[in-house]
Amino acid sequence: MKMKSLIDRIGWPRLIIGLFFLLLIIVSPIMGLSLTDVFSDVLRRWSMFGILVLAMVPGVQSGIGLNFGVSLGIVAGLIGGTTAIEMNFRRSGTYQPWADLGLSLLIAIPIAIVLGYVYGLLLNRVKGSEMTVSTYVGFSAIALSNIVWLALPFKSGTLVWPIAGEGMRNTISLEESFGGIMSNPDVTARQPFPLNLLAFKVGGVVVPIGTILFVLFICLLMWLFLRSKWGVAMSAAGENELFTKSNAINVDHMRILGTVISTVLGAVGIIMYAQVFGFLQLYNAPLMMGFACVAAILIGGASTRRATISNVIIGTLLFQGILTTSLPVIKQLMPQGSTLSEVIRIIISNGIILYALSKSRGGNQVEG
Amino acid sequence: MKANNEMNQSTVSHEDPVILQQETFLQKLWSWLFENKVMLLFLLICVGGVAVSGNSASFVIENVAIRFGRNAFTVMSLLIPVLAGLGLNFSIVIGAIAAQIGLFFAVDWGFNSIMGMLIAFLIATPLAMLFGFGVGRLFNKMKGSEMIAGLILGYFADGLYQLFFLYILGGILPVKTESLIIPGGIGIKNTIDLTGNMKYALDEVKLVDIVLIFFVIIAVVSVFRIIAKLKKKEKSVMKDLIILLLAAAVYALTYVPAVEKMLMTSKLSLLNVFLIIAVVGIVYVIWKIVSNKLHPDPKFKALRYIMIIVAIVLLYALTYIPELEKILMNSKVPALPLALIAGLSLFNAAFLSTRIGQNMRTVGQSRVIANASGINVDRVRVLAMIISTVLASWGQLIYLQNLGTFATYGAHLQVGQFAIAALLIGGASVSKATNKQAITGVILFHTLFIVAPEAGKVLFNNAMLGEYFRVFVSYGVIALALAMHAWQRKKKPSLELPA
Amino acid sequence: MSEQAVLSMKGISKEYFGNKVLKDVDLVVKPGEIHALVGENGAGKSTLMNILFGMPVIHSTGGFKGEVEISGEKVEIMNPNDAMHCGIGMVHQEFMLIPDFTITENIKVGREIGTPTILSKVLGPALDVLDRKKMRDDARQALSRIGLNIEEYVKVAGLPIGYKQFVEIAREIDKTGIKLLVFDEPTAVLTESEAERLCQIMQLIARQGIAIIFITHRLDEVMSVADSLTILRDGELVDHVSTDELTVVDIAGRMIGRKMERLVEVKQSREVQSDEVALELKNFHVDMPGEQVRSMSVSVRKGEIFGFGGLAGQGKLGIINGIMGLYPVKGEAEVFGKKLNFSKLGDALENEVAFVSEDRRGVGLLLGESIEDNIIFAALQVKNKFTRGGGPFRLVNKKEVREHALKMIDIFDIRSTGPRQKTGSLSGGNQQKVCLARALTLEPKILIVAEPTRGIDIGAKRLVLEYLIKINADQGMTIIIISSELVELRSICDRIAIVAEGKVAKILPPDASDATFGLAMSGLSIEEGEEVEL
Repeated sequence: MKMKSLIDRIGWPRLIIGLFFLLLIIVSPIMGLSLTDVFSDVLRRWSMFGILVLAMVPGVQSGIGLNFGVSLGIVAGLIGGTTAIEMNFRRSGTYQPWADLGLSLLIAIPIAIVLGYVYGLLLNRVKGSEMTVSTYVGFSAIALSNIVWLALPFKSGTLVWPIAGEGMRNTISLEESFGGIMSNPDVTARQPFPLNLLAFKVGGVVVPIGTILFVLFICLLMWLFLRSKWGVAMSAAGENELFTKSNAINVDHMRILGTVISTVLGAVGIIMYAQVFGFLQLYNAPLMMGFACVAAILIGGASTRRATISNVIIGTLLFQGILTTSLPVIKQLMPQGSTLSEVIRIIISNGIILYALSKSRGGNQVEG
Repeated sequence: MKANNEMNQSTVSHEDPVILQQETFLQKLWSWLFENKVMLLFLLICVGGVAVSGNSASFVIENVAIRFGRNAFTVMSLLIPVLAGLGLNFSIVIGAIAAQIGLFFAVDWGFNSIMGMLIAFLIATPLAMLFGFGVGRLFNKMKGSEMIAGLILGYFADGLYQLFFLYILGGILPVKTESLIIPGGIGIKNTIDLTGNMKYALDEVKLVDIVLIFFVIIAVVSVFRIIAKLKKKEKSVMKDLIILLLAAAVYALTYVPAVEKMLMTSKLSLLNVFLIIAVVGIVYVIWKIVSNKLHPDPKFKALRYIMIIVAIVLLYALTYIPELEKILMNSKVPALPLALIAGLSLFNAAFLSTRIGQNMRTVGQSRVIANASGINVDRVRVLAMIISTVLASWGQLIYLQNLGTFATYGAHLQVGQFAIAALLIGGASVSKATNKQAITGVILFHTLFIVAPEAGKVLFNNAMLGEYFRVFVSYGVIALALAMHAWQRKKKPSLELPA
Repeated sequence: MSEQAVLSMKGISKEYFGNKVLKDVDLVVKPGEIHALVGENGAGKSTLMNILFGMPVIHSTGGFKGEVEISGEKVEIMNPNDAMHCGIGMVHQEFMLIPDFTITENIKVGREIGTPTILSKVLGPALDVLDRKKMRDDARQALSRIGLNIEEYVKVAGLPIGYKQFVEIAREIDKTGIKLLVFDEPTAVLTESEAERLCQIMQLIARQGIAIIFITHRLDEVMSVADSLTILRDGELVDHVSTDELTVVDIAGRMIGRKMERLVEVKQSREVQSDEVALELKNFHVDMPGEQVRSMSVSVRKGEIFGFGGLAGQGKLGIINGIMGLYPVKGEAEVFGKKLNFSKLGDALENEVAFVSEDRRGVGLLLGESIEDNIIFAALQVKNKFTRGGGPFRLVNKKEVREHALKMIDIFDIRSTGPRQKTGSLSGGNQQKVCLARALTLEPKILIVAEPTRGIDIGAKRLVLEYLIKINADQGMTIIIISSELVELRSICDRIAIVAEGKVAKILPPDASDATFGLAMSGLSIEEGEEVEL
């Protein structure tokens, strides 16, 4: 009885995935894989995706559902990153990488606010079909960004194809910029105190403590926001429109607020992602990122109507954890199985989204 | 009985006021323009694109014609779900997957040409029926969210498909033909070349054979009807006998040497295609007018049909312009796919005149009312998905045999995207889609597709830009259609439209 | 003339979870008769019709007792299809018409006529080809039977509401073997001329031998069109008479009844001293679907307990929802002389007016949130209470919230596992108390409560009503109560306004006669005792 209610609370998908994760961790050293590498990878991936998955929370809470269109925020972040590199490419110095990072955020955030606001206006017009519309808005945004990358008149050598002299590369290395400054011990070692503490190796495990703390800090800000007057109002708007309206809160404004915050987090998130990864990935690389974020938060226990910070932390851990740990194991089992991990990602992430949709939709609701 | 003493008549005394305002011509024109704004916008973009790109007219026309034959069938498989209120069938991918599984095994087992297509068809169709059934059941659990569910389901199915083709085939399930496997591993290789086996299998069916097939079908149907009617001692076998005789006459014609020679080819020139369309169109209109004389229908507007004849004649006259004539004469397209597309259009139209078609339409308009009228809503929706998935699988077979290369892991993905975008560009919406819109959409979409790279090069010095633009267009038009539909739906919440 | 009845319902009783809504009710209708069914809210009319139609809600809650006979034969009607086969049709209040279909298609929906084809011989009637001509003929016939002269191939979408209803009627008539048609408040959505037309059509149909059951609250219609009527009150049959035998006043009186069991100790009847106007409505319109308010003007004095009563759908709920800002409003509302600005969301709240909505679960509560979060919500948002800090970082002060919540739980005796329990899992009565607590946390000058004791047990009812009297006495708070339970209003209000057809029909003292209340509710403002010519 107690077991059953515990299982109900955790939810079958979380349980299965959690157990699978555990299994993979146990199996890895048996197959001769280094456990320290495994842990390092998991920590790294968690810190890469943390803020991106967090971007789902304001959307869900304010009532626009799962924000597949976080790609808009991602595009804003990428514009910020590339512009920062373009602007600074002539200068140099120890704090250069931090200037780049700061500038990226400074440029990306206002763009994200504007894009998020317009997007929010659109979503207010399509109540009931937010998810379908947001998916395609996200796709269109990436498709449009392809054109942007091609057309932006940037000149920096790191950004642009050398021979053609125009049109940005697919992957832009952040080695000379902010790559790894909060996550890679090799990079942080070269920084002055106290910045050289932002990543370290302990017992063979690489801990990107700087990024982790940053992610947790943003989570803390979100947590505080949700406990503030505005946060409470926003969450109410997502839970019950009529109730909220009858208490003098403008539901449409709250939805826009949620959308804007989500988009901004998308921008900040992709910049953090690039910082850890060491590369800015343009063109179609971020096309399905929205799906990965949605899957992660659903695995963390969120629904299409309610999401909490703990959903983010746990979900990112489980989802990214499975993906990271499965790859080397599969490689050992099947040398040709290089894409199996990718295939598993597709199956798991879409499967969990389908499951969550069928639970929240069960029956005859007219909601999208 | 208490009755008003004034009321002695059996009908209500007042004259019914004129309740319908006849729209003025201008109002009708305006509302038509507004309804079809997406299509018109794309028409403009296409014309602009063609002009800018510098591609020759013959290049464009010929390529559009070929692409039309290749893609139109799939796009038309999207119509029935819209009718049934399921919205845009994003899981059309699943039908394509069924086709690909069938095709793969046909190739693997060493069949080619028509035999191969037949095997592929025999495998794909039951698979598609099964898949369609499953999707339909899933959609019934998520009424109101079919589109997002279909979208995600498509991706999910793709994952399973990849699992099957990469790790099960060649691994757990043995594959006969070694050359299909990734060298040194398990799983099927990325591209399968269909030259020599299935490439053009359908395309190359000769006109002679097509006529034969038509004749056989008509003969069988007519004979059945005549027998059935004779059994019931009905008198009017006249119509069927006439049709049978006509068909036999046409078939007999094909034995005339000159005619036979002409029909030995599998391709029709566009000029001939237009000729056929014009002839069929005029015959249809005449038949409608004649049958109206026999059974007068108050709704019938003779003027409208006469205008259609005039339009057909005018358009056909256009083809006498020398340059145009030359292009049309030289562009040759495979006949069978066109015949199949025509057949599907007829099917869609005929479907609507059956009871099941009307039931489906009712379900699409209002599930509540359909249910209250005794229609089994769930069954109707599942049927719609089965039909759509099966048609999509056939469409994918047509597509692949013309393309000649089977991109194992990519072919099915774009199908959904491009087919839906094409339908929407033709002016369809989430709640209404017709044959005409599908056909127009395919033509416009593929025109854009063809000219975009060159146009990009001319306008921006960058062919890639043109390509990115057309991808953006296909996503953007779907986003636009979804947004517009949701906007409208918000205004009328009582319509249970999908999302 | 003792014809056999076309419908005979005998001894019908129905309980919903222990709550008796119908007690041994009989209903007899003769062929070709127009029979009205009248009664207050909750009298049992809808339930009786649901039973007749075999609606799922009846069978899924334990069925019913009693017998139903159609033309003398006992029948079991388990679903709407059975009802149709027995010859019973229904014209609903919300039309079941498909706007994009033609009149013919709507008349024939689900019952299309088809001719068999080869395929259908093999695969079933679904593949029959539709015989559109025959369907059109049938449709034309149905329309002419009710005297309507519209083209049957016109789409329903463009028709005026009256005509849409006629298409509904045509659809029912077209069904073979129709013996009885039920009309549920049909004139509610019609204009005066359309309503007249409808009455004529009903008479036409009746002359063709089809019986009609006509549910309405408009007693003048009953008198002009119906041959006989059945009056229900509190689930019991009061009367089954011919309309020749009664006057409107009689009917009204019997609808309300004589139950004067007071819920609370008799208040010392008092004269409200103050002349100051707390709330004034001038030409107030509210566009709330189903509860329209049309140009209402009324004033409530400070310190009063003022009641709004009336039948469902007549507009009394529109008043509170309009002032709350949930539906579009026209006209003026003044609070203590200050005009409310309805383009500003929540202006009423800012002007010391608090609400308790009639829809506890839908509007009144955040079911997924705790008791304490619900209680402080309004005050938090409107008055910035229970917070620390300012600007965007105005954080909720959990300690203050907890203290206040505990206090409220105590005062209202909210039975729960604690202030953190989610309101969704509370009983109806306790949920209502939370809503009340939230309204009072705002410390308002005017409290508007809609259906304060709906779905609450007797004990809790008394508690709530007594509490309202108390705060009115102690704090001089003006209280406006909107309720469908006249008894409740007559127990504690100083004055009661009866709302009918979206307007205030009459303002009555609690001790006015039943008949006066009944007449006011039916929208007829006839002075009792006045000679009525009908």
